[in-house]
Amino acid sequence: MSRRFQYSPWVASIGLFVVWEILVRGLNVPSYVLPTPSASFVAAWVFRDAIWMHAVQTLLTTLGGFAIAVVFGVVLGSLVGSSRAIYSAANPILIGFNSVPKVALVPILVMWFGIGTVPAVLTAFLISFFPIVVNVATGLATLEPELRDVLRSLGASRLDVLLKVGFPRSLPFFFASLKVAVTLAFVGSVMSETVASNVGMGYLMMSASSKFNMPLVFAGLLVIAAMGVAMYGVFSAIELRSTRWATRGSPTA
Amino acid sequence: MSVAFVDLDHVKLRYGGNADAPLALDETSMKIDKGEFVAVVGPSGCGKSSLLKLVSGLMPPSEGNVIVNDREVSGPLKIVGMAFQNPTLLPWRTTLDNVLLPLEIVEPYRGRMRGERKAFEEKAMQLLAKVGLGGFERKFPWELSGGMQQRASLCRSLIHEPDLLMLDEPFGALDAFTREELWDILQGLWMERPFTVILVTHDLREAVYLADTIYVMSNRPGKILLRQQNPLPRPRDQETTFRQDFIDLVHALKNQIRVVRSTSSEGGQS
Repeated sequence: MSRRFQYSPWVASIGLFVVWEILVRGLNVPSYVLPTPSASFVAAWVFRDAIWMHAVQTLLTTLGGFAIAVVFGVVLGSLVGSSRAIYSAANPILIGFNSVPKVALVPILVMWFGIGTVPAVLTAFLISFFPIVVNVATGLATLEPELRDVLRSLGASRLDVLLKVGFPRSLPFFFASLKVAVTLAFVGSVMSETVASNVGMGYLMMSASSKFNMPLVFAGLLVIAAMGVAMYGVFSAIELRSTRWATRGSPTA
Repeated sequence: MSVAFVDLDHVKLRYGGNADAPLALDETSMKIDKGEFVAVVGPSGCGKSSLLKLVSGLMPPSEGNVIVNDREVSGPLKIVGMAFQNPTLLPWRTTLDNVLLPLEIVEPYRGRMRGERKAFEEKAMQLLAKVGLGGFERKFPWELSGGMQQRASLCRSLIHEPDLLMLDEPFGALDAFTREELWDILQGLWMERPFTVILVTHDLREAVYLADTIYVMSNRPGKILLRQQNPLPRPRDQETTFRQDFIDLVHALKNQIRVVRSTSSEGGQS
């Protein structure tokens, strides 16, 4: 069934590049406004060593911030999801915090930690933990009352309920949030690198644009997008393997 | 006569716990003997489920006493098995692992789980075979039909050999054939090792088929209106349902319920 659609993502992506190429060439768009994808790929090849170095930096930064977000998100989500008191106390603060544009926090982080890797890691963390908290909390809080009664009538402690039912049950929610969170983490780290760093994809694109090297800027964008898709794919695969019961064994999702 | 195994003495239950909150249960008294099969029937929303929560200790009474096994109930009892209309099986566990769940929680099984897992699995397989689920142990609940899930749920409620089984409309969502098949399975398990059962249902035929004693409850606030002994001999089978005394008993209960519904709908707004 899914074999029929096996090539459709490739067809769609290549089609997008073809249309882009045709439009830019056909309308004679100057390269400093919008370069062709072919020019961007050429730039990516020419500057491959620099891109590799900066891409690795961005990837590690992103995964570092993401790892902190997972730990923090699971702990906070468990607390928020298993207690109504903590939920109502923490909810407005969490929503308020999530409404603050994280780019506004970068200058503060720079004041505290200087420019470079640390503020990028922290920005990636700050932007990506929220969906994890919300999803873990939702998974725990939506436990069926009857199931809780079954366990409590057996004399199960709160910890028993959490370990036997709460956590396994919220795994699909958790993995769904990881896919979203890892792409957000890229947004955070690149944003911070753009504002305050001399290393990473954000910095690379910033310096390229100041030299009017638009093909290199777009090459950077494509590399970031590719890393995001790859990470999404990794967590999608982990999700599918570990929560087969939630998708009832169907190959989609 | 010996002391009752379950003894509800003038119990009242209010929602929320405020002294002026509406009553869910009013002046409810019941005495259930060890090994007795009791059915509680009544219109929906009459507090039947609240009754189960009281007896199992999930909810404290607002007034009165609940005594189970010579002890006043003050918290969740550990000698209870429960099954609901919704099978509430865990979808990430196989049928066998679902049935084993109580053994991972209740002592003394819990401490012995690691060492004796094989023996426990054997015991669960036997129970599953008895309810007609032999060969389905490794299937996931979502690979089973509704009736099979309910059988598994019944096994889960009995695996730790509880003295008291609470059933909250467990067959309510099943088709008539499956339901009557499960009546026989439940009766068979109960006759093999008599445990005390409180079955909440709104199916009068089910109550008459299964129970020794039938309680009829009034509309909210719930109150016991009638206690009806059921003299039909056991084991009962599909033929029993066509006997005149079976039909008469169902008929009499039906009339009782009709009276309850008409009187309570007049005062239902108060």
